[in-house]
Amino acid sequence: MKTIVYTSSLGLVCMLAEMFNLRKFILPVAVLGLCIIFGLNAMSWGVNQGYYHNMVMIDNYSVAFSGLLILLAIFILILSGNFYKNEESKISDYLAIIIFTLCGALAMVSFGNMAMFFLGIEVLSISLYILAGSKRKDTKSNEAAMKYFLMGSFASGVLLFGIALIYGETGSFDVAKISECTAAASPSPLYYIGVGMILIAVLFKASVAPFHFWAPDVYEGSPTLTTATMATIAKIAAFAGFYRLFSACFIPAFSHYAWVLTAVTALTLIIGNFSALNQDSFKRMLAFSGISHAGYLMLGIISLYGKTDNAIFYYSLAYGVSSIAAFAVAIIVAANVGSEKFEAFNGLGKTKPLLSAALTISMLSLAGIPPFAGFFGKYYIFSEAVRTGHLALVVLAVIASIVSVYYYFKVIVAMYTKESKEVSFTVKPAYGFVIAICILLTVLAGIFPSAFANLL
Amino acid sequence: MILVALLFIPLLFSLITYLSGDRYAKLTAFGGGVIAFLLCASLKQPFMAGGLAPLTYTHDWISNPVIKFSLSLDGLSFMLLALTTFLVPLIIFTTFRKTIENAKAFYALILLMQFGLLGVFLANDGFLFYIFWELALIPIYFIALLWGENKDQEFRNRAIFKFFVYTLAGSLFMLVGFIYLYQHAGGFGISQLYGLNLSGKEQSFIFWAFFVAFAIKIPVFPFHTWQPDTYKEAPTAGTMLLAGIMLKMGLYGLLRWLLPVVPQAVTLWTPLVIALAAIGVIYGSVIAIKQDDLKKLFAFSSFAHVGLIAAGIFTLTREGFQGAAVQMFAHGFNVVGLFFSAEIIWQRTGTLSISQLGGIRNVAPKFAACFMVVVLASVALPTTNAFIGEFLLLFGIYEYNTWLAVVTGLTIIFGAVYMLRMYQNVMLGETNTVTATFEDLNWKELVVFVFIIVAIFQIGLAPKQIMSMMQPALDNILNYSLR
Repeated sequence: MKTIVYTSSLGLVCMLAEMFNLRKFILPVAVLGLCIIFGLNAMSWGVNQGYYHNMVMIDNYSVAFSGLLILLAIFILILSGNFYKNEESKISDYLAIIIFTLCGALAMVSFGNMAMFFLGIEVLSISLYILAGSKRKDTKSNEAAMKYFLMGSFASGVLLFGIALIYGETGSFDVAKISECTAAASPSPLYYIGVGMILIAVLFKASVAPFHFWAPDVYEGSPTLTTATMATIAKIAAFAGFYRLFSACFIPAFSHYAWVLTAVTALTLIIGNFSALNQDSFKRMLAFSGISHAGYLMLGIISLYGKTDNAIFYYSLAYGVSSIAAFAVAIIVAANVGSEKFEAFNGLGKTKPLLSAALTISMLSLAGIPPFAGFFGKYYIFSEAVRTGHLALVVLAVIASIVSVYYYFKVIVAMYTKESKEVSFTVKPAYGFVIAICILLTVLAGIFPSAFANLL
Repeated sequence: MILVALLFIPLLFSLITYLSGDRYAKLTAFGGGVIAFLLCASLKQPFMAGGLAPLTYTHDWISNPVIKFSLSLDGLSFMLLALTTFLVPLIIFTTFRKTIENAKAFYALILLMQFGLLGVFLANDGFLFYIFWELALIPIYFIALLWGENKDQEFRNRAIFKFFVYTLAGSLFMLVGFIYLYQHAGGFGISQLYGLNLSGKEQSFIFWAFFVAFAIKIPVFPFHTWQPDTYKEAPTAGTMLLAGIMLKMGLYGLLRWLLPVVPQAVTLWTPLVIALAAIGVIYGSVIAIKQDDLKKLFAFSSFAHVGLIAAGIFTLTREGFQGAAVQMFAHGFNVVGLFFSAEIIWQRTGTLSISQLGGIRNVAPKFAACFMVVVLASVALPTTNAFIGEFLLLFGIYEYNTWLAVVTGLTIIFGAVYMLRMYQNVMLGETNTVTATFEDLNWKELVVFVFIIVAIFQIGLAPKQIMSMMQPALDNILNYSLR
């Protein structure tokens, strides 16, 4: 509970700092503040308590995911210092919005009530609508914001409708009460329609096929740092919320939607991976790769009745840190070479060996090659799915992983074997720091997976 | 503990090599390789005595799923470790004359690959085996991709990428197989997996998941299409690593992780697999006859030879196993000798095309003699190492099926045809403009050949020594495979 309150306050402080002309101090204060919040969050480990009539439920699940999300937000904040250096007058707004995004994400992983879940999704989404359009003079950014907003608000409407139907059936927003209610008496068809609508909305937010059409354009049009936020914080929060909601109160309805989820997972794996093959923009490739990772995470969701929270957490961690590293390198390259296409990376292996090594590791991790974290993420997810009897889906996911190697290696091949005119540039320490920490986590989590995989 | 030391020495030296800079990289790497070899050689005592009891080391690694950092060294693993630790410094030594761009990364990657290879041969836990199996792939991908010598970068990118995707695809199915086994055995330990009682259908599923991974690595027909181009495009040191050591991973995997785990499925599918291997033997030989490119010729000949080894393993006979083990060892030396000869010709003439060469013996008698020995060994002339191996293999196959032995036995005849014809065209006859200025071997190259030739005759004349070292381990595997 403290975590959400303090994070919101930190966001407000950032906005106020602008008024008092303390622009220079905002970034360090925000980062430091989030570090403290990270510590406070860690201290609530083992606490199992509800606040405000169980609007917010703090348990190990919420603490673990909050910690991960705060960590990712810290990385994004550190990167934002240089990213927004040409728009110094607005930096406080940007930072505040990023922190509010985090706030929404935190609410999504620690709700105890559907209303709180909805609030979390809305706070997260509205912040992201603004960030997506934050390059005001760029038509692509405007397009991204518009698309995201229209589609997103439609999904929110569907979500609200679903919640209303559930309320009509059970008379409560509280997930524990809904669960009791459906356990006592078998619910009417309206309940299942409600669950279906909630499902659609959540799948939309998680950019799972066939509700993924917004993702590539929005990811590509938005400023790269915002793309990174959407691909990591928003996606992880969506899946964490998805798991929490469905495992808490919709498991009985789950079996009715099993075939839908199976189809959706298969579709996501196929569409995500095969669409990523033909991209010539690194950023757009990452967008499609994000869709394919949603497919792997769906394998964890589909078997959630077997308690797959550990697998989902580990996968999110591996995916989150590797993606942040990849986006950070993409930002550096785009800023210095002036392009987001694969050709921009040509010859990077010679001019910037460490940066290329970092990007190589993050690509290997995303492709799921041992000994990096992404491999164990896939291992845990696959193994949960095999345990709950989804062998066919796992075989499909394996084929998808093989396909994914093709596009992840495109950038590696470009870096190491293609020649280009030498563009010399220096990597800012802030970027170097974030990339180094992310790669360190990718390697450590890969070598000592038990440290992260048995938390819950 | 000594096993852990042996395993991590290459990793440690890989780091040191990278840090020591381009100038000293080759010396550091070579030193690391030699230290690993000496340490490995110091472990031979218990195996000389013919004991079965393996050296083991176990430490908890991951608690959920239960994965132990568990290593074990028996006679079979020991021979493969000896092969690896011997060949790696030798391969590093073959590159001493060359100037290699970004040498520190090149040698660091070779040692990193050695780390993966040693891990594969030592692992006693399925998951650990899998991790090392994949780990060995990443360095060789970069070695082949970045240090290849052909000018056509686009073609090389495609060829090497094909190799990577092929092997990765195979191993991912193996991973699914392991996950499935884990659900039943509750662990990845080799004794847990050997003790499983799966239904016939499950065994078949596991069999194919594993077999495809191993068959791609070996390679067995029809999973071999990555091989010729990769061997050709990779730098020769990389080709030696691939052909000399890496494909043994697949054969070793068959022996250690496939046959004893799913014995019923093996019996069920053996006819098909042996037929595939036999097709590969003939097919590889026939294509080798038509080759004009030295490296490709050696690639197809290697493909034919390992097909025979795979067939021998699947006969599930004592002789087949013995032959496979000896031939795995022998093939490592022979193929390194062949590719080293190709490298020498390439460096001096700039071509690998057999039709452009000729008469090298007139100007380079030492090279001609060394190359001759290696060629004769690879066509399995009596007194050479490959003779023992192939004889036992054919004997094993004969016990399984007479006609199959006749068909696969053709490999020796075909081998003699393409190898001797190659030798004739390249080394004998009149010198031409390309070969007129061919320098003879210098002492560094001679040293490499001396080591290889000694190994060829040592195993060829006194095979009993290494066979008795491996016998208990092989018998143990055979017992589990026939249960």
